[in-house]
Amino acid sequence: MGAGHAHKLYRHGHSPVHGLPPHCKLAAVFCFVVVVVSTPREAVWAFALYGALLAAVAAVARIPAGFLLRRLLIEVPFVAFAVLMPFVVPGEQVTFLGLSLSVPGLWGAWNVLAKGTLGVAASVILASTTELRALLLGLQRLRLPPLLVQIASFMIRYGDVITDEMRRMSIARRSRGFEASGPRHWGVLAKSAGALFIRSYERGERVHLAMVSRGYTGTMPVIDEVTADRTQWAYAAALPVSALAVCLLGWTL
Amino acid sequence: MTPPTAPPPSLEVRGLAYAYPDGHQALFGVDLTVGRGERVALLGPNGAGKTTLVLHLNGILTAGAGTVAVAGLPVAKRNLAEIRRRVGIVFQDPDDQLFMPTVREDVAFGPAAAGLRGAELEARVVAALRRVGMARYADRPPHHLSFGQRRRVAVATVLAMEPEILVLDEPSSNLDPASRRELADILRSLDITVLMVTHDLPYALELCPRAVILSDGVIVADGPTGGLLGDEELMAAHRLELPFGFDPGAVSRAARPAV
Repeated sequence: MGAGHAHKLYRHGHSPVHGLPPHCKLAAVFCFVVVVVSTPREAVWAFALYGALLAAVAAVARIPAGFLLRRLLIEVPFVAFAVLMPFVVPGEQVTFLGLSLSVPGLWGAWNVLAKGTLGVAASVILASTTELRALLLGLQRLRLPPLLVQIASFMIRYGDVITDEMRRMSIARRSRGFEASGPRHWGVLAKSAGALFIRSYERGERVHLAMVSRGYTGTMPVIDEVTADRTQWAYAAALPVSALAVCLLGWTL
Repeated sequence: MTPPTAPPPSLEVRGLAYAYPDGHQALFGVDLTVGRGERVALLGPNGAGKTTLVLHLNGILTAGAGTVAVAGLPVAKRNLAEIRRRVGIVFQDPDDQLFMPTVREDVAFGPAAAGLRGAELEARVVAALRRVGMARYADRPPHHLSFGQRRRVAVATVLAMEPEILVLDEPSSNLDPASRRELADILRSLDITVLMVTHDLPYALELCPRAVILSDGVIVADGPTGGLLGDEELMAAHRLELPFGFDPGAVSRAARPAV
């Protein structure tokens, strides 16, 4: 797997979108989402145009449609709420297929669904074209508090180590004939979780010791400085700026 | 000050005593001098105070009494940054030592914390990784390496700081025989002062011409490694045991690499 030993959200490639500096992409996605959210929900065509914009970006990034759509499934548990809205929101009613639905509820559901899907799609494109490590560098560049960036980077580094520890504990439990089969066993699982917490806490202390031994004084030294030139910013701005044009049309028309 | 003719020893510990905040006293007046370029094994049973001693060398713990000096520079609050650059500690679990997302960034951490940037930093990283034979793995995340490779990268992370003295805590633990031999080759190839804390007595004999035994918070023996390991009475008194069938005398007589 070599250098492509990356996180599974990332899709290795060499497209122009992959090549953009991470902080440009982060800023572009953030602005795009803000623009989408501030579009009036009645301008249905505007959302279609946003969708087309994202499809264009995905095409430039060479992300297959099937891949993108599968990733969008993550949204399902969150939009379940939107499906309920036409049934529970009071207001003017329409009858469709024998069901009585509320008009404001339908608009509300559409609003959540359309804006949510577009936001998730933009994030999926960002995640598939940017390595986790690069995202962190981008966030650092965008002046996110350094402590948060450090916490996130330790999560990436130690996620696997802790998962592995959890797996070993589970094997040790099962080797001694334990199978969690009901509430009677929750106590054991809770104790395992507690033990895992303490182990991780102690590891944290040892890691801190190792960091201090190598000269850590509270701030991470800058090792990789990400930079962007004017052209790269211009490319990254293409998406939010066209979206802004659509949004303004949506308000005026 | 030291006379200008001889360079100060890499490590000089004088009358070091330390008690933990809970009252447990771990060190009772330790004296230890390690000359420049020497390779010394620090042996001792569990609970002898070996780790406590190591944590004094770079000022993580502050001596209750006595002094520690690294290449003539006393370990004190005002010198901590320089002391930590001069003393490279390789901890036992490489997962604790390697905390950055990629090998390259991890090796760069120490020198970058000391203020190095750009091409100079990159050169330092590449040189350190080359010395342990891991240059090809620079862009890998540490958790995708084998244990032996991680241990080697851990050594590189401190070599990158160009330390005066390399302190290794149980360097051979959890290594398979091949990784163990590879690490020994690397350590032998380094032209640097080494203090090696270990239970692995054959490894100490292989790598370190001199050994000291720390027991109950004091140095009880200091001499050629072969001699100490051959002294059965001394060994038994301090819970040090050789592996079954291992005869240090036979190893000394056999063609041992010149050290």
